[in-house]
Amino acid sequence: MSLHAAVRRQLGPLHLDVEFTVRPGELLALLGPNGAGKTTVLRALAGLEPLDQGRIEIDGVVVDEPAADVFVSPEQRGVGVVFQHYALFPNLTVLENVAFGLRARGIPAADARRRATAWIDRVGLGDHALHKPGALSGGQAQRTALARALATDPRLLLLDEPLAALDAGTRATVRRDLRHHLASFDGMRVMVTHDPVDAFALADHVAIIEAGRVVQTGTFAEITAHPRSRYVADLVGVNLVHGDVVGGVLTTATGALVVIADAADGPSFAVLRPHSLVLVRDRPLGTSARNTWTGTIADLDRIGDRVRVHIESELPLTAEITNEAFDALALRPGDTIHASAKATDIEVYPA
Amino acid sequence: MLAFAGVAVLFFALPLLGLLWRAPWSKAWTYLSDHDSLTALRLSLQTSLWATALSIVFGVPLAWMLARSTFPGRSALRALCTLSMVLPPVVGGVALLFALGRRGVVGQWLYRWFDYQLPYTTAAVVVAQTFVAMPFLVITVEAALRQLDRAPEDAARTLGASRWYTFRRVTLPAISPALAAGAVLSWARALGEFGATITFAGSYPGTTQTMPIAVYLARETNPEQSIILALLMIVISFAVLVSLRDRWFGAADRVGVSS
Repeated sequence: MSLHAAVRRQLGPLHLDVEFTVRPGELLALLGPNGAGKTTVLRALAGLEPLDQGRIEIDGVVVDEPAADVFVSPEQRGVGVVFQHYALFPNLTVLENVAFGLRARGIPAADARRRATAWIDRVGLGDHALHKPGALSGGQAQRTALARALATDPRLLLLDEPLAALDAGTRATVRRDLRHHLASFDGMRVMVTHDPVDAFALADHVAIIEAGRVVQTGTFAEITAHPRSRYVADLVGVNLVHGDVVGGVLTTATGALVVIADAADGPSFAVLRPHSLVLVRDRPLGTSARNTWTGTIADLDRIGDRVRVHIESELPLTAEITNEAFDALALRPGDTIHASAKATDIEVYPA
Repeated sequence: MLAFAGVAVLFFALPLLGLLWRAPWSKAWTYLSDHDSLTALRLSLQTSLWATALSIVFGVPLAWMLARSTFPGRSALRALCTLSMVLPPVVGGVALLFALGRRGVVGQWLYRWFDYQLPYTTAAVVVAQTFVAMPFLVITVEAALRQLDRAPEDAARTLGASRWYTFRRVTLPAISPALAAGAVLSWARALGEFGATITFAGSYPGTTQTMPIAVYLARETNPEQSIILALLMIVISFAVLVSLRDRWFGAADRVGVSS
């Protein structure tokens, strides 16, 4: 009773090759930048796009496997979908929208109406049952889409960017509502999002998808504690360095050296936290810091009482300093700067 | 600019004014209630409505195929199916004769097996009108299908709706303004059809002599009646155009609201 998906499909230049498993009652978020192929994975699960290769198995039933010539059409899959812009039927009322799937399955009108009404009440839209989608707010439209998808008792619920269509002011409230309503559905759920806040708030597990591949899976805490991709590192706001460790020194592909404290040899990731980097105008001579990289300032970002300094060197780095330090150093883009870090401040884990 | 626009308006208004000027208003009712006029009018309405119905029944699936499927030669197929819009109608009529006439490619078999001759019957009028009118519906509906947001159709499929149920309850309501506009355009074209009809169906009063043909023939024998019949056609066409304009604006409004 779970979902096993191996989705392989060529999307122009992008080769999508994504594998994951969702256990009963679990909500997996596919998180990644736009254009990574996340929505295509969701459409493949729903049967709206066929696989080139791979296999999708829902509750022990194979619904798509090109090698075995198996393809179950979307109307036969029992997969509910909440589409990105909700895709409500504009000519039908909220009640008719929610009853649509039941009517399409040949359930008599009165029965469908009764069951749809129960769902509408459950998502708190009782007052809007006879309204057309055009008269609904973003949050109400989302709840209608959710009720419509759940009314047919799907085995699997898919949500495509469920909060992306909302403005910032209502997102937090709608997100809280959505979490509440999703908790009442005990089936498997897969959500696609480019927003880590949504993934953090709603998902049990997260799969990071970049350029058509899963680069990291785990709980949100596991993923952010040990980033394994540039995307996650940027999310968390740390410098991620990939390279080979030999005898306590990590060498990157471009030849930059990072001295680290006690780590096993082999391919590894190193995390340099921006606030642990020390910036110095003149090259430091007597210092306990084992690492010093010299570069030029590419860009400056002011964030509250901190300034993030982006440095171009053989090892591209971002450092975070206080406003006071920034004023004292009088930094300008183009200036030469030395960044140093203690070996013990650098976290290293195997790649 | 304004002067040229004024000339253009005059260009369209003058012929109408000419008809109004020469119209025998005192005898208008007599001519209109004349048996021959009524017969032509009734025949025109009947055949043009049949042609519209056939255009919808066959044109919507054709538009759907052109909009939704990809196959080699689709552009050529679209050109073929809309050729009669640009073809001189008389040429269309001649082509229909060669296809469906007693010695035509298909017509000879109809004649041999069923002893049936299509040309010069009321059915031939409907065929000629459908031939020239259907493309107007096809291109209007195809454009609407192409611009349609596909997500609601996808949603319907995931909810368990078959392709046909999805088409009926989701796609068709969404394109209904375009379908209505296309149907009105087709009907107007069928109502005004002259060349293909007279070539393929002739002009037998009561069976194939439609209003435009009656106007043309009456010009020789009874010019006054011709003017009254022409004015009646103008009134009908004008009403169609005005209603169509509202349709188009209505459709534009709906698009604006949903986007």
